[in-house]
Amino acid sequence: MSKKIAGFLLLLLGAAVCYPIFFLFTGSLMGTGELQNHLGAALSLGEQPMSWSLLPLTPTLRHYVQLLLDSPEFFHMFWNSAALTAGILAGQLLAGVPAAWGFARYAFPFKKLLFTLYILLMMMPFQVTMLSSYLVLSEMQLTDTLPAVILPGAFSTFPVFIMYRFFCGIPQALMDAARIDGAGERDIFLHLGIPLGSSGIVSAVVLGFLESWNLIEQPLTFLKSKKLWPLSLYLPNISPERAGISFAASVVTLLPALMVFLCGQDYLEQGIVAAAVKE
Amino acid sequence: MGRRKHALTGILFLLPSLAGVCIFVLIPFLDVTLRSFQNAVTRTWTGLDNYRILFRTPAFRLAVKNTLRFTGICIPLLICMSLFISVFLQRLKRLGSLLKSAFLLPMAVPVASVVLLWRVTFHEDGFLSLLAVSTGHEAVDWMNSGYAFWVLVFSYIWKNLGYDIVLWMAGLSGIPYNLYEAARVDGAGEWTCFFKITLPSLKPVLYTITVLSFLNSFKVFREGYLAAGDYPDESMYLLQHLFNNWFREMDFDKLAAAAVLMVLVIFGLVSLLKRSWDLEE
Repeated sequence: MSKKIAGFLLLLLGAAVCYPIFFLFTGSLMGTGELQNHLGAALSLGEQPMSWSLLPLTPTLRHYVQLLLDSPEFFHMFWNSAALTAGILAGQLLAGVPAAWGFARYAFPFKKLLFTLYILLMMMPFQVTMLSSYLVLSEMQLTDTLPAVILPGAFSTFPVFIMYRFFCGIPQALMDAARIDGAGERDIFLHLGIPLGSSGIVSAVVLGFLESWNLIEQPLTFLKSKKLWPLSLYLPNISPERAGISFAASVVTLLPALMVFLCGQDYLEQGIVAAAVKE
Repeated sequence: MGRRKHALTGILFLLPSLAGVCIFVLIPFLDVTLRSFQNAVTRTWTGLDNYRILFRTPAFRLAVKNTLRFTGICIPLLICMSLFISVFLQRLKRLGSLLKSAFLLPMAVPVASVVLLWRVTFHEDGFLSLLAVSTGHEAVDWMNSGYAFWVLVFSYIWKNLGYDIVLWMAGLSGIPYNLYEAARVDGAGEWTCFFKITLPSLKPVLYTITVLSFLNSFKVFREGYLAAGDYPDESMYLLQHLFNNWFREMDFDKLAAAAVLMVLVIFGLVSLLKRSWDLEE
């Protein structure tokens, strides 16, 4: 009996936790007038007290149409976000997968020291490296370009650590067998390491995607011109009169992350756990 | 001979990543460390002056105080809540895994998408005030009062609850079931089982959860910044706001000193925590 009550309470809590997402979807389908009636007070558009209804009275896709057809700046920001995310992920894979493989499967001098360094760097919040990144980026005259956000992100050590954990799980015997068969080290990496460690790579990509799609501090610090901004900086600047557009834009921003979450949830959980279990 | 050849291969695999890390993080950070002992404009040596100025800046003290308060309240709260929920979810089997996804979902939601909801909820005439008025309290401009701090606590918990639940559940699934069976045969109740078996077995996980929750706590700046801007209410002015403002005002000497201090503190905290846990085991 008490189990049922606990289950019910948790179900309520879970629904409450997910409600904000539902709220955005319903809001984006409400007409302008309906939104004004509901939210006018908080958006300083009217005097009526706040209200909300679970579902829209007169559902409409108008805001989406407006957003997709009449807001060129939205498209621009969307592609900026996409370019940043793609660039960061590509860099993380190109540099990170071999590095994780090197750490996991080979012994070389100073390995322990270097690995500790990677873990330490992974733990530093952005604010710590903000000035140092800025100095080197302005030295390279990259500030206020998309690579200013992409390059430091591409060399993040967090994905290396995640993939390292998965590569460590590949049995040594397989590598030895491949060597006896005369496979070169590069072939072992490409044909044995990458396929067998693929779930680790996907985990790192899922975590990396959610992080890069949500970047705020980095573009805020390194990008001055608004035309380079990603969606995450654009959304809060939509004026309150365009509440409908704001809702629709929020949903469109949310969708890619939601897709990645739903398709990659198992990998996401594996990635989270990989960062935590003891060696 | 073979070993050395393979050592070289290992280094070659690591090289692209290491080169990037050196160029974009390590070498410039050494430069920042040097700058923290120099005057930002003339770059002459000033010894510990930057650090002294730092401690005399009221904004710095306020930000340190708030950040400490924030981590001190959020992390224990989050850890206890997520553990409590995980223990129940563990027993629910199928519904449990569905609910785990539900709690994890906020992690995927971009901060910018929910700012709108935060605004209409915490505005003076917003939903929360509506609730306050209907229960006989007064409407409050939540983001511009001491409550702003609690709004931040709330966003942090909302966003990170699922992450910690996943970690706890991984730890819980590692406890052998026959331990509980044996204890029940000996007449142990639910609570005894929890305190004598569950908690002690989770101790190693507790260390990593604490560290990861601490690291994630820095990201709450995103919510804070998007909802309240550069200068939010005093109660939620965190170190991250201060760093951001100093950067904009080009206060590079203070920023350098503060960055060096922050590295030391994080490094110290993480190793201290690790040592105290290792000693206990």
